[in-house]
Amino acid sequence: MPETTADTLLQIENLRLHYRSSRGIVHAVDDIDFRVDPGEAVTVLGESGCGKSSLAKTLLRVLPRNIEECSGRIWLGGQDVMPLDEEQYRRQVRWTRISMVMQAAMNALNPVVRVGEQVAEPLRVHQGWSAERASQRAAEVFRLVGIPQDFLRRYPFELSGGMRQRAVIAMALVADPELVVLDEPTSALDVLTQANIMNMLKRIKAELGTSFILITHDVSTSSEIADRVALMYAGQVVEFSDAKNFFRNPAHPYAQLLMKSVPRLHETVEPAHIPGQPPSLLDLPERCRFADRCPSRFDRCEANPELFHVPDNRKVRCWLYEP
Amino acid sequence: MTPGTQNQHPLQNTDNAQITLSVRDLHTWFELRRWGIIKVGHVRAVDGMTFDLEQGESVAFVGESGCGKSSLARTILGLHKPTQGDVIFEGTNLSQMLRSERIDYGGQVGFVQQDPYGALPSFMSVERILREPLIIHGVKNRREQNERINAALEEVRLTPVGEFRQKFPHMLSGGQQQRVVIARALILKPRLVIADEPVSMLDASVRIEILRLLQQIQKSRKLTLAFITHDLSTVRYFAERVFVIYAGKIIERAPLEDLISTPCHPYTQALLTALADPDPENAERYRELPGGEPPSLLAPPEACRFHPRCPHFMEGICDVEEPPDFSVGQKHFAACWLNQNDQQPRGHMS
Repeated sequence: MPETTADTLLQIENLRLHYRSSRGIVHAVDDIDFRVDPGEAVTVLGESGCGKSSLAKTLLRVLPRNIEECSGRIWLGGQDVMPLDEEQYRRQVRWTRISMVMQAAMNALNPVVRVGEQVAEPLRVHQGWSAERASQRAAEVFRLVGIPQDFLRRYPFELSGGMRQRAVIAMALVADPELVVLDEPTSALDVLTQANIMNMLKRIKAELGTSFILITHDVSTSSEIADRVALMYAGQVVEFSDAKNFFRNPAHPYAQLLMKSVPRLHETVEPAHIPGQPPSLLDLPERCRFADRCPSRFDRCEANPELFHVPDNRKVRCWLYEP
Repeated sequence: MTPGTQNQHPLQNTDNAQITLSVRDLHTWFELRRWGIIKVGHVRAVDGMTFDLEQGESVAFVGESGCGKSSLARTILGLHKPTQGDVIFEGTNLSQMLRSERIDYGGQVGFVQQDPYGALPSFMSVERILREPLIIHGVKNRREQNERINAALEEVRLTPVGEFRQKFPHMLSGGQQQRVVIARALILKPRLVIADEPVSMLDASVRIEILRLLQQIQKSRKLTLAFITHDLSTVRYFAERVFVIYAGKIIERAPLEDLISTPCHPYTQALLTALADPDPENAERYRELPGGEPPSLLAPPEACRFHPRCPHFMEGICDVEEPPDFSVGQKHFAACWLNQNDQQPRGHMS
């Protein structure tokens, strides 16, 4: 039963997404549980190929055809949205309650439609607003994300990378959703533009109280906005902690090694690397998925651990934390 | 339109250290045409760079995308012809090399590409990929070829060698592919290696491994190694000297520690402010950064190229005359008018 309280916005339980491929079943998302509270930002952190983008796609239900299994529960404000059919989901949830900025979305803008029209489109299509009212709203969100008003009438090629990224974020915000999923929103941008966009997201979070799920592989970027961090490894969440605990005092051995591998500019500790590589999602071991690379491996690691509750409101998938 | 001639650069090498690569007032401009006929201008990717790389040192060129850092690498490698200026490798000017010398030069300069999968031909086995440069550079003896392939694979720790020789690029992980690229760059025993964003396509946990490998090889072979990167924190421990590039020009050069502790150009200061170390406090504060974006290299701003974004912009100075390289410390130069007359440089905002 869900431990949803009135103030939980999103609660994911036992979420699974397995793909069919010619070489077998890909366990991209395997029994994921976590929650997001209103006004909170949760970062999903993980290396490439750990299933973090698949998680986002499951939330937004933008899935490819080769699905073997897609199960679990997604409680959104007390309502389970998994049983909704596609049409109901589109009308009730997508854009209006949860929206998403896809990876490299800024390069997917329609080149022959003015940016302002594209940003207003979700309102016209999903909520049946008139063109005039929708474009007024588009102007509002442009102000919010810091794009000058005259850019509404420009075409995507007339905008720089940073401005296009702001435009797709504006599009995600246009229908005033409760939750915005951002998949690697800054990874293709320059350092200064990245930092400026993170500043903007922080401001929006403070001003509008929108919740965010930020998906990234970059530990530094994840610390920019996170209230809580869900660390993924080989299709599973291995640690779910408050940002303060996670960055200062990581619990899972993988989290500890990952934090040590981050090159730091203002400190003099030399980064270390994590030997080995993650298991293939096609052929996952029965034992703990991190066991092969883990320095504190012991007998118990032959079985895959569950997410154990640890004091300080943390959850860790590691036998070391078995109560 | 041709680049204006510049006066003798103030940075003359005074040390006796051996210079591997000397770049003098280098310009690489790309002509831009509309419909293939009408000339509309030049993209000034490299616009007047001068520097020396000493034998056995590792340096980093840091800059944002589109600042001309990859064009610089490709010009040094001889893949682009410089519009003006000279690339001098161990005393020989690249533009005056004979054809045979140019081929030889290809063997003395190694190149590590950014995207390992794109850089390796998918239809060749690792063995074949590494044999190719040996064939081109006249190593005819089959046994010697094999020995050098094995040695190269061992050097980049792709062992057991016999197993990896037979593999094709798609059978390798990203880190292993990058090791093959490094092995290929090193197999001809080059004296200069240019690594263009060698780790930006790799996962965080593998990056350090690859950088450390490059560092070990650089130290043991006394190579001159030039990293090209957009992320200063990844080369924090792997480069001795840093060149910061903005819009086709080197705006600051310094030993790495000096650059991080006392950056003297406002752009470098902003760059260091923008780079966050992971810290939960980050979420609670805004960073003070200049807005805007790097200028188009088709028509860069007059005088100092950073002046439209600069928080310390001085009207009548910064937009009138281009700042020369001011010396602000030992081997530390910054092209910014704030450093004129030994004016105390500001510490970076943190």
